[in-house]
Amino acid sequence: MGMTRDVTPPEEMGTPIRFEMRAGALTAIPLAIAVGLFGVSFGVLSVSGDGMGLLPALTMSAITFAGSAQFAVASVLGAGGQPAAAIAAALLLNARYLPIGVSVARALTGPAPLRFLKAQLVVDESWAIAARGKGEFDAGRLIGAGIVLWLAWVGGTLVGAIGGERLGDPATLGLDAAFPALFLALLLTQLRSRAAVSAAILGAAVALVLVPFTPPGVPIVAAALAALVGLVRR
Amino acid sequence: MSETWLIVLAVGAGTMAIKAAGPVLLGSRALPPPVQSVVGLLAPALLAALVATTTFGRGQALVLDERVAGVAVAAIALALRAPVLVVVLLAAAAAALVRFAGIGQA
Repeated sequence: MGMTRDVTPPEEMGTPIRFEMRAGALTAIPLAIAVGLFGVSFGVLSVSGDGMGLLPALTMSAITFAGSAQFAVASVLGAGGQPAAAIAAALLLNARYLPIGVSVARALTGPAPLRFLKAQLVVDESWAIAARGKGEFDAGRLIGAGIVLWLAWVGGTLVGAIGGERLGDPATLGLDAAFPALFLALLLTQLRSRAAVSAAILGAAVALVLVPFTPPGVPIVAAALAALVGLVRR
Repeated sequence: MSETWLIVLAVGAGTMAIKAAGPVLLGSRALPPPVQSVVGLLAPALLAALVATTTFGRGQALVLDERVAGVAVAAIALALRAPVLVVVLLAAAAAALVRFAGIGQA
């Protein structure tokens, strides 16, 4: 921010980055509650049945910090899919962070290692909080919101994993319905355009058609082809 | 290294690279619009595929079982704007109830 101070509009002049960080953090608190509950769900699922276990789940939340990809890994592995399919599904889900990262690139200043770290705090929610309109983003708000959301996600995972271990067997009775419920909740946040709805319907159809013919996990990866509807001219 | 840790580290490293690619490598250059629109539709396509396969898939079979009841309850709860943990618990409870009542096959 310091580098652009001389071209900043007068009313924003002298706004310290700490002030913006605090503003971003405060704005993120209501969203952090929802993110924390997703984290609790991930934690519970990770220690039940043939889940990945507490430490891998906690590590994953800390370094991946992306709910849908993490649930996808848990679900593909739970269905008996290959590791390669789980990894591919997760990274395809996170591919949306490429354009999101590009959109905030101009706001994230400093040496490359610092830009790398700041970029890790970009999730859908912190990105939305940092948006100032017209393609401009505020780095302070992004960082403040990102830190609060990261703490909620990792903390939620820990609470869920510890709590889930105590719940034991009764909780696994209906657990297989928890995954589609979670994915449905995540899907609804992504249906922001007609093209997104088309891609969703096509993706579901591609996956269902392939289930009988391919190993578990492959139908999810193949559903990525549905995103090609983005090339269709409207 | 166990398979689990391999996946955790691969997904973590891959995601960190994806997130950092723009800010570290591209600077203020933009992605070509066709790339942008396709990449933006990957998440809805894959999430819908996950909803479909976790509802109806069992191994390589498509089945109608208690999970459908769970997902239907989840959809209603989401429409009523229930918090996500409530949605998930209701879905699990509904599926467990139908299973316990023996409506589906054991």
